[in-house]
Amino acid sequence: MDVKFSKHEIQLIRLLQEDIPLTPRPFAEIAKCLHTDEQGVLRTIQTWQRQGVIRRFGAILSHRRAGFTANGMSVWVVPEERIDEVGEKLASFPEVSHCYHRPPFPGWPYNLFAMIHGKSREEVEEIAAKITEAIGIAEYKILYSQKELKKTSMKYFAEKSEGNSFPRLGSS
Amino acid sequence: MIDVTDRKLLNMLQHHFPLSATPFADVGEKLGLSETEVIARLKKLKQEGLIRRLGAIFDSRKLGYVSTLVAAKIPKDKIDEAVAIINRLAGVTHNYLRNHDFNVWFTITAHSEARLTELLETIRQRTGIDEMVNLPAKKTFKIRVEFKMTEHGCEIF
Repeated sequence: MDVKFSKHEIQLIRLLQEDIPLTPRPFAEIAKCLHTDEQGVLRTIQTWQRQGVIRRFGAILSHRRAGFTANGMSVWVVPEERIDEVGEKLASFPEVSHCYHRPPFPGWPYNLFAMIHGKSREEVEEIAAKITEAIGIAEYKILYSQKELKKTSMKYFAEKSEGNSFPRLGSS
Repeated sequence: MIDVTDRKLLNMLQHHFPLSATPFADVGEKLGLSETEVIARLKKLKQEGLIRRLGAIFDSRKLGYVSTLVAAKIPKDKIDEAVAIINRLAGVTHNYLRNHDFNVWFTITAHSEARLTELLETIRQRTGIDEMVNLPAKKTFKIRVEFKMTEHGCEIF
């Protein structure tokens, strides 16, 4: 995808991918840091949201702290000609957060991946049983996470060459 | 512990965050709270870790980035060392130990295909793991999770 962002926009992305300040005028603080105006910052955010550059703006909760401690990566063997239909169906389950078509490889026939969130493994298995019924695919596996080894938000434009300086809130 | 007001606040701020000059006052108005109280509650929820972050979630593809999922088969006695090497790379955002022969599953995001290939090669060289499969998505059907806080705790909807 060919998208070009100005240096100024890159600075804004760098700030918005962190926490916005918990103060009465958070966007005014961001604007001040970038030497621009509050309304301009708000307009850009709204535009990006409309264009899908920002998928969501708001509070991001911790799955684990919210009680969803069982995270199962379900993988399914789906005939290629049914991928779209089955993928859409799987995605419609609220307990499924991510759903992707991925290539199989020797010894690994699974080509559809769906992350299922539950409060226990039993709950994840019940959901998978409902899914298998709904999509008519019996060949699947659930890989549970035994340990979270890393979980961070991606930091975009984190390399110095991609825009001049790094903005820091409260240091303007 | 979170109360009924916290739950309302979390539900509203996940999906209806007001993009206005005074978002916390606006949310407060809807919930019958003062701006000061909204901010105090958010600070507490953040501190307790229920809110991981308050900000924007960008679509990596629209920013020109590419990402992939990698499955690796790593012998038990080498896991700690290999994981330390893998996790040190900034593009590695998620990494899980899973119950399968392919036991380590991680995602990598990079600003170009070339950079992604380079990162995979770096991992291969530094860890000495050769059973590593790159599984880039051919199609994305969903990336979203919505929680709803109810009196029974948190539910997904």
